[in-house]
Amino acid sequence: MKVLHTDVLVIGGGLAGLRAAIAARRRGLEVTVLSIVPPKRSHSAAAQGGMQASLANCLKGFGDNEDVHFADTVRGSDWGADQAVARMFVHMAPKAIRELAHWGVPWNRVAPGAQSAVINGEKVELRERAEAAGLITARNFGGTAKWRACYVSDGTGHSMLYTISDQAIAASIPVHERIEALSLVHDGARCRGAIARNLMTGELLAYTAGATCIATGGFGRIYEVSTNAIINQGMGAAIALETGVAELGNMEAVQFHPTAIFPAGILVTEGCRGDGGLLLDRNEHRFMPDYEPEKAELASRDVVSRHMESHINKGLGATSRFGEHLWLDIRLLGEDHINTRLREVKEICQYFLGIDPARELIPVRPAQHYSMGGIRTDAHGQSGTLKGLFACGEAACWDLHGFNRLGGNSVAETVVAGMLVGESMADFCLGNEASVDTGLVREFFEREQAALDNLRRRGGAQRVTALNAAMQSAMTRNVGIYRDADGLQAAVAELGSLLERCADIGLQSGGHGADPELVLAYRLPRMLKLALCVAQGALNRTESRGAHCRLDFPERDDSQWLNRTLARWPAGAALPELRYEALDIMAMELPPAWRGYGSRDFIPHPQQAQRQREVEAATEQYGNRFERQEALMPYTHLLPERYRSHNARLFEDGQGAFNDPEAAGGAAE
Amino acid sequence: MNDAAVIAKDGEEHGARRLRFEIFRFNPCDPDSRPHYDTFELDDAPGMTLFIALNLIREQQDPGLQFDFVCRAGICGSCAMLINGRPTLACRTLTGTLPDTVRLSPLPVFELIGDLSVNTGKWMRQMSERLRTWVDVAEDVDLDSLETPMDPDAAQAIYELERCIECGCCVAGCGTAVMRESFVGAVGLNKMARFRLDPRDTREDADFFELIGTDEGIFGCMSLLGCDDVCPKDLPLQTQLAYLRRKMAKVTLTG
Repeated sequence: MKVLHTDVLVIGGGLAGLRAAIAARRRGLEVTVLSIVPPKRSHSAAAQGGMQASLANCLKGFGDNEDVHFADTVRGSDWGADQAVARMFVHMAPKAIRELAHWGVPWNRVAPGAQSAVINGEKVELRERAEAAGLITARNFGGTAKWRACYVSDGTGHSMLYTISDQAIAASIPVHERIEALSLVHDGARCRGAIARNLMTGELLAYTAGATCIATGGFGRIYEVSTNAIINQGMGAAIALETGVAELGNMEAVQFHPTAIFPAGILVTEGCRGDGGLLLDRNEHRFMPDYEPEKAELASRDVVSRHMESHINKGLGATSRFGEHLWLDIRLLGEDHINTRLREVKEICQYFLGIDPARELIPVRPAQHYSMGGIRTDAHGQSGTLKGLFACGEAACWDLHGFNRLGGNSVAETVVAGMLVGESMADFCLGNEASVDTGLVREFFEREQAALDNLRRRGGAQRVTALNAAMQSAMTRNVGIYRDADGLQAAVAELGSLLERCADIGLQSGGHGADPELVLAYRLPRMLKLALCVAQGALNRTESRGAHCRLDFPERDDSQWLNRTLARWPAGAALPELRYEALDIMAMELPPAWRGYGSRDFIPHPQQAQRQREVEAATEQYGNRFERQEALMPYTHLLPERYRSHNARLFEDGQGAFNDPEAAGGAAE
Repeated sequence: MNDAAVIAKDGEEHGARRLRFEIFRFNPCDPDSRPHYDTFELDDAPGMTLFIALNLIREQQDPGLQFDFVCRAGICGSCAMLINGRPTLACRTLTGTLPDTVRLSPLPVFELIGDLSVNTGKWMRQMSERLRTWVDVAEDVDLDSLETPMDPDAAQAIYELERCIECGCCVAGCGTAVMRESFVGAVGLNKMARFRLDPRDTREDADFFELIGTDEGIFGCMSLLGCDDVCPKDLPLQTQLAYLRRKMAKVTLTG
């Protein structure tokens, strides 16, 4: 048994994992990163459009600050988010982006003077202030009150990932590439590392660690059509679930992105609509303002995706030989804009559709995009039930996004969470002696070895690719954008039966070395367990909130469901065990209300009016926004001391008030 | 059905042409394995990419076939291979653009993992360590104040070169890299050009010369420019390499 010891073991080499690794390394700890692919191939690279941070440098961002970003995020989440975490996040996002600016990310910058833009289908001219020249600019995104998505053309995630990955190399952090964690080593109370497998040779390895961090991203591949990379099978969340101790939060909250190209499911960025692109139907009619007069194409993703699907269901979709879809029109943005700000979109259209988006319409249809749910942690990124286990990024549910994530909050979350969780892990390691029980490690190692040997030898009747396709089909048919009790019951039954059939998988290939069939064979039952958490959570939640939409329970029900689903998988169980964690409305800085888009109807919480009065009283009582915030919902104690200072902004005074010398918005409004 | 199944079904229903794939096979972990080509056949279909085709072959004909795809959208650089001898990204290659017989081989130069899978990650990390492909930063920079302004055009020019996805096509298409293992390739040289443009990088030309002023660096380039021909991101490699060579040659004259 080969055993490697490290202070901090980070599983996942995308933005969140690498940033956490750098943070822990800077505190003097030995860090090892495991990644199933070379880290620069991680799905973080696919984030195109932008990173939300309230810098307020560009004209349409004027007046933006932490408060506005916070309110957008909480409304986007449909009040499912942990508001203290959302506060930490919006406070940290400007620091994270400024750090990345120091590290080399070539953020697009404000060009002073007259700039042309497209807003609500009209060409307009914006006159950027001379004082803002060269500062980081931003574009519009869905569900936001201000232009806040800072960007690098439409390769934002790519630039961020390359910069952070190269900084990890600069910090001499070893990344063990093509190594997959198969299980977490734990004693029921404390996580001690992981058993891992070399995907090139098949060799099994043991890693022992003081702190273990899962940063493996989402699990979109349990669906048929997903914008996710094919590696996004949720293995980090799954091995946490398989401890029987760690819990997963809000797994039923699955986001569908409005604009995946049809039928390939490849993402084209929300920046297309943020920059002025429109959605058209079979008659080339712009239909979104009919449903959402306020925000049109730029309502939140859950809302836009639902309107698109129901518009198709009304028979208004365009038809192609592959099925029905709608059109994304970015022709009005012009060739120059597309060639500089939407380059990846242009390439994707050219290579996968054979069209030029400056001249032709792009066929799009919503596809699975993001997993709001994940490993439940506290605000420091640590599991509440399994100490020494941390998680960050899309794999985690510290609960920034609730039931719907805003575009641009994902890459922002990865770096913010990496900065904070890396610090927490360092604190944890420096405060806890790491002792290694070799007997425990051996027990887990031999268990994995035996499971793999058994899988190779047993020659069962079930084919793994067929079971995988059946899972994806069940999830797409019954656990998609629109859900109801009948479909969800059918999904739970079918997924349960597929999980049973996994015990009878037989390999057609040898199962040696890098054999891809073996890999899918051991991943599939883990994916099915995640799928069951999604389906069972969706079945139990008899309301509609954010991306979770029940046709048979169309309203958000704060009186019953202002809570978070927690799923645990006891050893040997056939289904997850669910429990619910209440969200304390009396501690909320922003009590539940209408989101500003989407359905206006909801069933209020009995204490909503009371909390609303308290919030209004505080607003009158306190002179500046910092004092008001502190009085309503203190959160700075959750942050490391080095990150507690206020963020400076152009035209913002020490009291947090915004004073544009030429009056905000001004002539260009 | 997923997109692959939808497209494949469409091909079957519309009586498409038959494609013949000759695929390189070798598993270094298996002592009995010998390098050879296996042949597979498949119906072509409109919209079918090599990502879809290879997955169909794996699902229906040979579950052990090894290849690497991650994003399947032409942005992550995992799936570079030789397609009828030319290095390019498989995921965004439409089968409709290919002849009836398609020969697929792993990229040369890089260590073979198995079949079409090669270890570009290890090569790229070593290159990054050698060339120090990062901006040196102090550990505690001020994160609370306004960021340092940067010229918008300068930022855009840096991004033009930063679009490299480390796929390895330029290395596989390079005469020098095939002959000289330690050559940093257009990928490495382009990164030096990118950091040279960056005002946050404090290195001078003399410092860059220390890194690439040899036959393993810019003076190893024979100007065959296979890199520029095959770069899937259309990076301006010809221009950048020529410019860099001039700048580095100048260091030898003045420094």
